[in-house]
Amino acid sequence: MKPGHGEVLLTEGDPRLREDEDRLVEAFRRELDEGMWAAVPTQDPDTGRRQARMVQDYGQIPPEAERVIFFPRAAGG
Amino acid sequence: MLLVLLTLALLVAALVVPALVATARRRSRRPRSRRRRPSELVAFGDPGRERRAEQRARELLRSCVNDEEWEMYRDLGFVRVFGRGLRRGEVEGARRGGAEGGQTGAALLRGRPSDPPSGAAPSPPEEPLADTPRYAYLVYPHKPILAYEPQSRRLLSEYCVEFPDLSDAVTGSRLPDSDDVLAKWMALTGDEARLLRDANMHLPGRQLDPGRVRRDLWRLQEWERRRRRSPNAPPR
Repeated sequence: MKPGHGEVLLTEGDPRLREDEDRLVEAFRRELDEGMWAAVPTQDPDTGRRQARMVQDYGQIPPEAERVIFFPRAAGG
Repeated sequence: MLLVLLTLALLVAALVVPALVATARRRSRRPRSRRRRPSELVAFGDPGRERRAEQRARELLRSCVNDEEWEMYRDLGFVRVFGRGLRRGEVEGARRGGAEGGQTGAALLRGRPSDPPSGAAPSPPEEPLADTPRYAYLVYPHKPILAYEPQSRRLLSEYCVEFPDLSDAVTGSRLPDSDDVLAKWMALTGDEARLLRDANMHLPGRQLDPGRVRRDLWRLQEWERRRRRSPNAPPR
């Protein structure tokens, strides 16, 4: 998410491919190093209920995740 | 006599002509000032960009949240998120305690949102509570998150939180409305404790008008009632 732009696609690729995975990991770490939060939209397989999972490491991303959303870190208003 | 008249005429002309000249100069200058050079034109932002950003944000929000939550945001302008502080087992335990002695269950029902566990990892997804949860949040775009008790509609707290983009701090632009709602929704459903820890907590009424919030809760109740009666209502 970016102010004034809405969502901006950073990168995409197939995590099963080594080259794509390296690029995805690099983009993931770059965003977190810049202070962004990362969340993965998930869906409970039993209830179908949607929710989000906050991730702080690339390894925490579920294998079936289709996207990771980065947004600015929360601060007290 | 004629000489006197001529003298008077000259005098009047001497007094009037400068005023006429000044007026003519002002009039001639005005059209020039209206003809701004391109470099002097005020640069207006592209309003279309903001609108397109909001449209993209709405689509992203719709793809992430539950159908009920999306329709709620679309129709009412806010999203209700149930609190996750009380797990299903704790609810059942409270009910059992309530059946036996009456004290424990009542105390838990009257309780405020539980304190966030310190340093806790994000909890795994759980099934939604069948009965009304102990507390819930109203998430507005670019307004504090409002915690309340669904049973009594008692307003509990305001959590003031924002998502500043520090890389673009000079322009001061902020996330589109729907992105702000989505960020709060993801943070609440993904790691409620952390979001509340980072927010500034205030008593109700600090920034949100309690009257308006109560109206919104009434609107939500009516909206849910209409939705349940709708022939296309999803099974509960």
